[in-house]
Amino acid sequence: MGKLTIGCFSSLVGSVSLDFAVKLSDAAVKKGHKVDLWVSGNATMLSKKGQKAFKDYSHLAKTLTELFATGNFQATACEACAEARGYHKDDTMEGWKRHSMDWYLASCFGADRVLHIGGD
Amino acid sequence: MATKKLGFIVRTLPYKTEASRLAMTHAIASQTVEIYLEDGDMVEPVICFVGDGVLNCLKSQQAMKHYGITSIEQHIKNGLLLDMKLLICKEDIEKLGIKEANLIMDVEDIGGETKAQIVPYSEIQKEMDSVDHLLFC
Repeated sequence: MGKLTIGCFSSLVGSVSLDFAVKLSDAAVKKGHKVDLWVSGNATMLSKKGQKAFKDYSHLAKTLTELFATGNFQATACEACAEARGYHKDDTMEGWKRHSMDWYLASCFGADRVLHIGGD
Repeated sequence: MATKKLGFIVRTLPYKTEASRLAMTHAIASQTVEIYLEDGDMVEPVICFVGDGVLNCLKSQQAMKHYGITSIEQHIKNGLLLDMKLLICKEDIEKLGIKEANLIMDVEDIGGETKAQIVPYSEIQKEMDSVDHLLFC
């Protein structure tokens, strides 16, 4: 089984790219792969705890919690991008890590495949 | 000991979204990636500006004056100062009527030796074929 690294810049609300990234992570983990998910820019909002589920918006907290529980998934938010948006360590959902961008490059180094979703 | 090459393909406009800036800051983060890797392992970024992305390479950006933030020009200069390979698509600058004189091509003024290269898309394609992972921004 392989390791997939997914990076995403897109916001949780306002784009469905992040929704796609998490669902792809879920599918890959269910197939037995390991997944590293990196979020930077607006995508760091995915790491914010206390998100409410509304039918009109993607809600991924439950999926993320289940993914963390598998032990084959790790998610890391860009610390500077998060802090710039007012998402502090205390605001971060359980299971998430926060690092600088070099963490992502290191994950890419060890990945069999990288899927990077840039853009807004 | 291994080197993995990451190709950042910048297609987005400067300042409209954060993507092109993030491409540069992620590429520059390769300078500190060793702390997560085994001794001798490295990540080598290559940055290619294509399509609307070539507009990121315009000189004399006034981001500090208008937005109060560092310019993408400064990030590109930092990349060149760190000897990063930086390719700009020739066909795309021609389409937009941009001359080489209007582009950030070097950082000689601050002691850098590496220059940006204006190359045909076929060269960028070759570069994309040569990298381990592609990151579209």
